Amino acid sequence: MNGNGRHHTIIALVHDRPGVLTRVAGLFRRRGFNISSLAVGNSEQEGLSRMTFVVDGDQYTVDQATRQLDKLIEVVKVANISDEEIVSRELALIKVKVTPETRGEILEMVHPFRAEIVDVGARSMVIEVTGSGDKIQALYSLLEPFGVLELMRTGRVAMVRGLSEGRVSDELVLDYHGDHLKVNEAYEVGSY
Amino acid sequence: MEYTGAEIVCESLLQEGVEVIFGLPGGAVLPFYGALSGYPQLRHVLVRHEQAAAMAADGYARVTGKVGVCTATSGPGATNLVTGIAGAMMDSIPMVAITGQVPKPAIGRDAFQETDITGITLPITKHNMLVMEVDDIAPAIKEAFYIAQSGRPGPVLLDIPKDVLAGEKRPFVWPETLNLQGYYPPGEADEIQLNQAVELINQAERPIILAGHGVLISHAYSELRELAEKAQIPVITTLLGISSFPTDHFLHTGMPGMHGMAYASLAIDKADLLVSLGMRFDDRVTGRISDFAPNARVVHVDVDPSEFHKNVKATVPVLGDIRKVLNQMLPLVNRRTHVDWLQYIDTLRAEHPSLYIRQTDELLPQFVMKQLSDVTEGNAIIVTGVGQHQMWAAQHYAYKNPNSLITSGGLGAMGFEVPAALGAKVGSPDKVVWSIAGDGGFQMTMCDLATAVENNIDVKFAILNNGVLGMVHQWQEFFYDKDFFATVYSGNPDFVKLAEAYGIPGIRVTDKTQVEAAIRQAMDTPGPVVVDFIVKRDEQVYPMIPAGESVNEMMEEPVPERIF
Ligand SMILES: Cc1ncc(C[n+]2csc(CCOP(=O)(O)OP(=O)(O)O)c2C)c(N)n1
Repeated sequence: MNGNGRHHTIIALVHDRPGVLTRVAGLFRRRGFNISSLAVGNSEQEGLSRMTFVVDGDQYTVDQATRQLDKLIEVVKVANISDEEIVSRELALIKVKVTPETRGEILEMVHPFRAEIVDVGARSMVIEVTGSGDKIQALYSLLEPFGVLELMRTGRVAMVRGLSEGRVSDELVLDYHGDHLKVNEAYEVGSY
Repeated sequence: MEYTGAEIVCESLLQEGVEVIFGLPGGAVLPFYGALSGYPQLRHVLVRHEQAAAMAADGYARVTGKVGVCTATSGPGATNLVTGIAGAMMDSIPMVAITGQVPKPAIGRDAFQETDITGITLPITKHNMLVMEVDDIAPAIKEAFYIAQSGRPGPVLLDIPKDVLAGEKRPFVWPETLNLQGYYPPGEADEIQLNQAVELINQAERPIILAGHGVLISHAYSELRELAEKAQIPVITTLLGISSFPTDHFLHTGMPGMHGMAYASLAIDKADLLVSLGMRFDDRVTGRISDFAPNARVVHVDVDPSEFHKNVKATVPVLGDIRKVLNQMLPLVNRRTHVDWLQYIDTLRAEHPSLYIRQTDELLPQFVMKQLSDVTEGNAIIVTGVGQHQMWAAQHYAYKNPNSLITSGGLGAMGFEVPAALGAKVGSPDKVVWSIAGDGGFQMTMCDLATAVENNIDVKFAILNNGVLGMVHQWQEFFYDKDFFATVYSGNPDFVKLAEAYGIPGIRVTDKTQVEAAIRQAMDTPGPVVVDFIVKRDEQVYPMIPAGESVNEMMEEPVPERIF
């Protein structure tokens, strides 16, 4: 399952602080990684947000992206969940032109997608659809001939099924005098 | 008792054991300076340019292993730090930079001397923070110091608005703990990785240790030596790994890569195992990756997992602190000999005498470095700029102590030689510190000779003066049809008079026979001294593996008659 150039889904739990998004976006740009979608929102833990990235690239790229992300101080945890059993969804709002003649046809077309009409105007309506990227793409293609005025997609959000990675409950607070630190270790200059 | 933000900064720095700060004041940071004058325990070294503050903090950090601290005002002061910070990032140097920022209400309004320094330094710091509340100062400083020096070290910048430094007074509360959820600097290695690595080491017939800066950072030099001796593995040190292993040790096998010793690069080419310790396979080391170490498996030990497989695929990556990992490895590694392999490398050394300095009456820069090595018996701290002199300093000085070559490796920033030497001397006052400059790099930061004079920082400044931007000149010679455009300095100042203008002795050396005496004279003279060595101009650094090529394309010095 690690062919070249596929979409990878990475999720990250990050501290909800100013500048986090800039940091993450800057990192992707600097290292030449391509984000094809990004979604951010609050997580179940206060002060932490969860991000879902869809990254294009080969295994090398996605491994580097995850490792580099993990180095950001604000990033608590990162996981590449592409090979896991996941639930993933995207939401789209599609504003499409309507006329009295096309209205019925559009409503019928939208129905099997379990999409909702969330706004109806004299000459346009807004359709809300949730699902996989493919599903959204399919509906979009059907509506295109009628004249799509606006398309707004949220980007993918994803979650591993069951108990698995991406779930972070470690309430770790580092002890400053912890094991890792060598601040007070004697520094011997001049001895090999 | 209540403290201003600026006083809280000072109190926090004391808690962190800071002794010295390199900096230069300005409007936004002035409240901090106001407080600093009341804290004589915090020595402030006033520089002439903020780049020097950052680079001096860097030099200080490298020799002491402690966090180097620098400070500057908002806007131009902060941007002047940038090159020094970028260098610290590339070379994994623990540094904390504190900048003043315009007052909070002015932020975002293009106020006088406002620059978004946290934005600017985002990609060149390990972390940075804009501290918006007085109560956040102490935790931010504690975090900054911890992040700067733990795991893979790096620079952390704290930007503090003027009104946070000078506004309301608050009690000083030094936090007990840090909330850095998700930040775990690796310690000991995983057993599985460790055992796999040990197995490869025990099986290898032609192993090489590639020792990088990580060995010095984790103070693992005695462990490195033990490992090398126990398993009898030749040690090659990268530019930043130089001095992690004694140069005069029989297993010391030089430096690899673009200007490394031919025998080192050739040994890597034949090796069946690379034990890479705290190094990151920089392109200057590997050349063309596909031709690098074609016969070798790779055990890669590093504290930063993003280094694994980044440039070179590791057969076994081992995540951990080098020193801890080596201590885990040592009991498991078999005591062995590799007689054939060492003999083979000896043959390479004989056939490729990369460190041979040809006999001539001319004053060769390599000869100066060799003399300096002999006179100081390899015990000085050598701080270099970037260019040919840097490579000769790497090649011809026999380093006897850990952390005794201080050089801008990853960033390759000219002008490092003067300020970093000041920092190194401040950090190691009992050591002899030589700054080795090119006439190009020296002129980038020589204004900070005044800092040496003012603070009586006893650095000996050697200029290997060839009148050209030597290393670039060399590339033009080899790769640009000898079109020496924009690399010749015809208007250099008289460096001896310049020294005198600063009130310190200047010595000019134009002849080979004067070199030793001049070095001794400089060392016998207390305080800073400038020695201007007028060296042969068109001297090239050999060997050279052109950028992006392999050991097969290596150019070696044309030696008139082979010496065996
Ligand atoms: C700040 C900076 N600018 C430009 C360069 C590109 N560069 C690399 S080496 C070099 C020449 C250095 O000349 P000099 O300091 O005289 O040393 P030499 O090579 O002659 O020993 C230059 C310009 C650099 N490394 N750093």
